[in-house]
Amino acid sequence: MSDLLTSVPEDKPMSLMPDEVVFRRGLAGRHLRGRVWKIFFMMAIVLALLSLVALFLNVVNSAAGLIVVQYNIDPAEVVPNGDLAAATAEQLAAGIVEYEPNRALVLIRDNLSSVPVDQFSASTMSQILGTHLYPESAADKTPRDLEPEERAAILAQNLSVDVMKQFISDDIIGLNVLETHSLFESIFDRAAIEEHFAAEFDPATTRLEFRLWLRPSFLTSGQSSDPVLAGIRTALIGTIWIVAITVLVAFPIGVGAAIYLEEYAAAFGNINTRFGRFMQWFNRFIETNVRNLAGVPSIIYGLLGLAIFVRAAAEFTSGRFVGVTDSNGRTIISASLTMALLILPVIIINAQEAIRAVQSSIREASYGLGATKWQTIWNQVLPAAMPGILTGTILGMSRAIGETAPLVIVGASTATFLDPNGPFSSFTALPIQIYQWTARPQAEFRAIAAAAIIVLLVLLLLLNATAILLRQYFRRKLQT
Amino acid sequence: MSTPSEAGTMSARSTAVDMRARREARTTIFRRPRPGETVIQLFLLFCGVLSIFTTLGILYVLGSEALLFFGSGLVDLGEFFTAPVWQPQAEQFGIMPLVSATLMTTLFSMIVAIPLGLGAAIYLAEYAKPQTRATLKPILEILAGIPTVVYGYFALTFMTPLLRGIFGQNTVSIYNVASAGLVMGIMILPTIASMSEDALSAVPRSLREASFGLGSTKLEAILKVVLPAGLSGIIAAFIVGISRAVGETMIVALAAGAGPCKLYGENASCFQPFGAAETMTGHIVRISGGDLSYNSIDYNSLFAIGLTLFIFTLVLNLISRWITNRFREVYQ
Amino acid sequence: MTENGAHAFELQGVNIYYGSKMAVNDVNLMIPRQKITAFIGPSGCGKSTVLRSLNRMNDLIPGARVQGGVFFGGQDLYAENVDPVEVRRRIGMVFQKPNPFPKSIYDNVAYGPRLLGVRGKAVLDEIVERSLKGAFLWDEVRGDLKKSGLALSGGQQQRLCIARTIAVEPEVILMDEPASALDPIATQAIEELMKVLVQQFTIVIVTHNMQQAQRVSDYTAFYSIRKKEEQGGVENRWGILAEYAPTERLFTNPASEETERYIRGEFG
Repeated sequence: MSDLLTSVPEDKPMSLMPDEVVFRRGLAGRHLRGRVWKIFFMMAIVLALLSLVALFLNVVNSAAGLIVVQYNIDPAEVVPNGDLAAATAEQLAAGIVEYEPNRALVLIRDNLSSVPVDQFSASTMSQILGTHLYPESAADKTPRDLEPEERAAILAQNLSVDVMKQFISDDIIGLNVLETHSLFESIFDRAAIEEHFAAEFDPATTRLEFRLWLRPSFLTSGQSSDPVLAGIRTALIGTIWIVAITVLVAFPIGVGAAIYLEEYAAAFGNINTRFGRFMQWFNRFIETNVRNLAGVPSIIYGLLGLAIFVRAAAEFTSGRFVGVTDSNGRTIISASLTMALLILPVIIINAQEAIRAVQSSIREASYGLGATKWQTIWNQVLPAAMPGILTGTILGMSRAIGETAPLVIVGASTATFLDPNGPFSSFTALPIQIYQWTARPQAEFRAIAAAAIIVLLVLLLLLNATAILLRQYFRRKLQT
Repeated sequence: MSTPSEAGTMSARSTAVDMRARREARTTIFRRPRPGETVIQLFLLFCGVLSIFTTLGILYVLGSEALLFFGSGLVDLGEFFTAPVWQPQAEQFGIMPLVSATLMTTLFSMIVAIPLGLGAAIYLAEYAKPQTRATLKPILEILAGIPTVVYGYFALTFMTPLLRGIFGQNTVSIYNVASAGLVMGIMILPTIASMSEDALSAVPRSLREASFGLGSTKLEAILKVVLPAGLSGIIAAFIVGISRAVGETMIVALAAGAGPCKLYGENASCFQPFGAAETMTGHIVRISGGDLSYNSIDYNSLFAIGLTLFIFTLVLNLISRWITNRFREVYQ
Repeated sequence: MTENGAHAFELQGVNIYYGSKMAVNDVNLMIPRQKITAFIGPSGCGKSTVLRSLNRMNDLIPGARVQGGVFFGGQDLYAENVDPVEVRRRIGMVFQKPNPFPKSIYDNVAYGPRLLGVRGKAVLDEIVERSLKGAFLWDEVRGDLKKSGLALSGGQQQRLCIARTIAVEPEVILMDEPASALDPIATQAIEELMKVLVQQFTIVIVTHNMQQAQRVSDYTAFYSIRKKEEQGGVENRWGILAEYAPTERLFTNPASEETERYIRGEFG
């Protein structure tokens, strides 16, 4: 740009700016600084993305891999393919009877018998089993006279799959995971693992096998203290119950609060009276309060739920008032109400924004046709605001699915192995399960925690995809 | 049975009455009672007021249980704020070890979240092309939407081994403050990035143009004009981030430590970045996840910790809202 | 067209695009040094776009593209090795809406010199004083230079922006409708200021106010709009330089009928 130099007019007062040489040198430095900082800003984004990738890979890495297992009896001989988790009730019962015919009777005595223990061997099956199912042919036989097929049939028809799996795993197969390897290790370093296995383990009693911890049976199995058998069915059902009730409670109240704040509060404020001014102040107070509640840590909601729903309202939340007797206040309803309070601010704030975005011309047109305020809101404002309201609700649901701390405080201390069957059941939930498994030091539990995390993330993904689809659906409906 | 003619007059008469009633209804403009609408309005008012009850409930529960705690005779306020350990079994209740662990994890999280969050915000608001921004922002939102328990898993199974690999197995304990804090920083990064980006985008374009018109480079315009102009919004973002870090639970519960540290005296352990220390939130979760009987000092103590935590986050949120409101006044 | 060869800018066949859309077509123009040149024309005629191409402000708009030659003192401003930062330091700009930084008056004026590496307090003080005097603002603000620039009135803010611009001693000041947001008294102050500034600087001003162009400028460029119907009923509009002449001649004896109709106020 040396030509620019010549264009400086001569009749200027003395310049106070640095001369050209200094300026040029400075300029190069300034551009360099600009480039360096731009790289830093970009690195911030790149690091954030890398963390996300690392997080996902880390989970996937743990959810499958080679394991060293030890058996007393090869599982393939007990159930087809050796896949205990996928076996049917009939297959499991047959396996038990084949390997432990007498223990099969013990199982019947401990789980199904309705006669005193000392009369068990002398009673007939019809006496022992009472209303349980059993083959016709077995009715008049004493336990010892039962044919193997009859024993198997009784087990298969009455015992839960989880109990039989646990029994086979503990008492027949004696399956024991001795070593767990990560997925990437298993893929890229397989030779070393095999070498290590050959050197350290006895191939007669142990085996090196590839295990996908996230498998169909993982979704359908109940809780177990054995990571090989453990599944998330109970936790998943718990999560679904909690989220469903949470939304049923929080959605109408949240939308109601938003309607109150957006549509009614302003009308009160217009009154030029002391009452009007009070309402104006009061409504502003509610708004501020909602926003502050959105910033309260979730664990505080947990403490609130513990003191109010679990303890103070135990008569209601335990279900005693409807005749449920075997629970305390640590129930699904307590968890749901706590969660509802937690996500209310999210729903309110989003619904408020959606309602505010509805053009006032729609309202005026409706009033112009003689509609009442509520008719206008119900028929015009709410449908127009629905996409935004639903998005906010799904945001709240996502929060309710993943939120852990309040659930742990409200309900985790009750270890439950039973599927919840109503709002007054004790519960576990997916995030609690992940927390408890992650907190165990053994690698197998980390592995099933990873598998459960994948399930949780997929659930969240589905939920958000639903939000997008719903939004598109409503938008199209409004346009036509 | 009525004759057809009778029925005809009956219906004619009733139609006439009906018409008059309808005409009256149409011509009157006086307020009519609408009981349905009143019921609905009362329900809506209840919905609005419920949030106040929630706040009152939180204050009442935390306050009353904390009073029971301090009224138990086992602890007084002086001990609560000065004792070097929190050991309920030994009837020692010093909150400071828990607070210091919370502050340590918060500090580590901010070391990550503030520079990276602000850097990401600047990149998105000032450098990224519209399409790039449209792709990057949802990805950052994914990061913000991942449940915290998953981050806890990440801290324990990725960050801790990473730190132990870098600094040595003997230096870094399995549970340590640094790992939990750093991962917490990653979790909070999107919040700070998105709030800061809003603050930067709210700075009028004309200010950037003025700076360029004076011969500034892009960086100079950003650092000397845009950042100072959006500073209050950015600081509000930082404070919200700090408040999130103070209240965050699952990451610290899984990765920071399963027992309170000792603040001072022999074997003091609270200020070791690679040592274990239990935060306020971590302690609440661990204790309430175990066997907990009501009316025990353990139970009451949880609420005293909860109250401390609540005050911390409330003050932070109020400061952030105050700053945000002032910031709005400047630009509207 | 001009009496001597002392041109600040020479535009040769300049086309400006936003994305694929042409905004300005084939502008040829010589802008004389130390004179005031006014750009007038109906809105949408591209006068601001041409102005912003003179110090590469268009670079900041994504998708904006300049074709043809924009020469400043013989140097092509859009050549490969030209640094837009240096261009803008030499060719300053004052905008339509006063846009002081949310800083003190002093820091507003010292902003540019500090960028260039001026550090000494004595020098900065002198620059601030000289620039504020140059913008006729010194007497009004000398007492409180620490006050925020945003606390001044609209007219004062615009003069602060001019002071800020002349502080870095540019050769040219581009003004994009500098008085359109101001009241008549503040407008008059700016116009008088321009007449003084032109003794030192080349000034190019965009204005929608024909009287203003007549009052202050030495040369006037009149831009107009050309339209074309594309298929599908989409109308394409772009700006052209319709007439360029000494202000006196353009307003008393326009060469084209279009110019005459515009200055009589028949369209635009």
